[in-house]
Amino acid sequence: MLVRINYIFSNSKLLLLIVGSVLILFFAVFSVQGRAETYKTNDAFLNENFANNVPTVKVVWIRDALKEQVDAILAHPYAKLRVKYWLSGDKSAWILEEIGKEQPITTGIIIQNNKIEKIEILAFRESRGWEVKYPFFLKQFIQSGLKADHRLDKNIDGITGATLSVRAVTKLSRMALLLHKYQAEKS
Amino acid sequence: MMNKITLSLAVSLGLGFVSSVYAETTEEKVQRLEAELNALADTVEKESSSASTPSRTKLGGYGELHYNNIDGADAKIDFHRFILFIGHEFNETIRFFSEFELEHSIAGDGENGAVELEQAYIEMDLNAKHAAKAGLFLMPVGIINETHEPPVFYGVERNPLEKNIIPATWWEAGMTLSGQLSNAGVSYDAALTSGLAVDATDVNIRSGRQKVSKATAENLALTGRLKYTGMPGVELAGTVSVQDDITQASGDGVNGAVLTEVHAIVNKSRFGAIAQYAAWDIDIDTAAIQNKDKQDGYLLEGSFKVTPKLGLFARHVGWSNTAGTDKEQQNIGVSFWPHENVVLKADIQQQNVAAGDGDGFNLGVGYHF
Repeated sequence: MLVRINYIFSNSKLLLLIVGSVLILFFAVFSVQGRAETYKTNDAFLNENFANNVPTVKVVWIRDALKEQVDAILAHPYAKLRVKYWLSGDKSAWILEEIGKEQPITTGIIIQNNKIEKIEILAFRESRGWEVKYPFFLKQFIQSGLKADHRLDKNIDGITGATLSVRAVTKLSRMALLLHKYQAEKS
Repeated sequence: MMNKITLSLAVSLGLGFVSSVYAETTEEKVQRLEAELNALADTVEKESSSASTPSRTKLGGYGELHYNNIDGADAKIDFHRFILFIGHEFNETIRFFSEFELEHSIAGDGENGAVELEQAYIEMDLNAKHAAKAGLFLMPVGIINETHEPPVFYGVERNPLEKNIIPATWWEAGMTLSGQLSNAGVSYDAALTSGLAVDATDVNIRSGRQKVSKATAENLALTGRLKYTGMPGVELAGTVSVQDDITQASGDGVNGAVLTEVHAIVNKSRFGAIAQYAAWDIDIDTAAIQNKDKQDGYLLEGSFKVTPKLGLFARHVGWSNTAGTDKEQQNIGVSFWPHENVVLKADIQQQNVAAGDGDGFNLGVGYHF
């Protein structure tokens, strides 16, 4: 038996055949599952952050000077006309999406007193950059505010190999802070 | 007649009463218009979103133009790399990715350049944390072998450690399993691929790349990598690649080989640091080329972001492909990103005599999308 195992490992072509066959079996068994993952539904996020008493949804229209500011943060034109949000006192909730490399990353952000109180990845669909969903990365955003140049007032260390996902989440946090400030000043 | 008049009056009064009961107040009118506007915006956004839904076939690319002014050689300007990425998503779990490259602007007989297929593989998700790849892909080793778009690394030219030891850009054909081992940021890659076929007379690692072009596949390579990215700004990774005969021919005095590579990257606040070591251990029986049995090198790099758009760096690389010949190169330079995906670079280079004494400066412009 040992001799046979040694033979397999000393013959890399045979090893290729075995590994290839095992992979094909793996595909057949597991390939029905996707990588796209929803960690939390939008409703669950809102209920959790408004103690099951979610305020009526409001909208902020993205136009004129606000559109220019949002476009500058995203480094590309924002595709929608409005952003929905939920407001209770000075606490607002935003559910925003931005493409990392190829797929949108859905991010839930709670702002209070113009600071990020909570940030969570609700759905991640990219095949790389998955580290952004973990608390070790997201906790850097807590209590971040927005400087006059619309950058965060706290430093966010990136993740090597996840640059595009990090960029996307950072842009969304800046956008949520900007929109919170805009709606507060408007009302 | 009187009855008709009375009836008309009654109807008019009645209608007036009804209309006054159901007349919209200004507030109601605003609410109705707001609802209608939102319904209209919903429709517009829905239509615009379905019109702009990203295509399942995607195009990307990167490129870099270099100017090299190095002592002892004519100054050169070269569109070093022009790359097109073409990818296609068959469905949510199966995708194709490719990288097609034109090096040095012109390819063909007697020309400086080459047209190369550097990646062309099918990737299949097994579940949310594990995926498998089959095809032609970049080997999971080093820092810039897999991620080498110009805006992501400092210096106009790629560093000589990865070029001469690893040897980047290194691609092979085969299969890979990769995925996440935990929620703490540990990931793995395990690849079974075609291997190098170095010449037994000089054991030149870089020239041993077969580039999957009618490549001899008598001896395959087994490669494994573990990577930790569980702290913001930190990457620790190690790769081991084993090939049981690096010349793909028996009886020539050059046998099995093992590549070991480790690196640490730390980017905290505005500061960045990289330390990397890579070594080939080659089993050589022939006395005349025994000095090629250990080929290794190291890299140390420090960087500082003056602003988010302007960075400075200094790098020292030492490497040896022949025992007793220790090559060294230092670079200091600057990168300026007018956009996050566009970079202008400049650096000053200094080499020791063993490395070719190539002192001078380099300028470059690069992009990716």
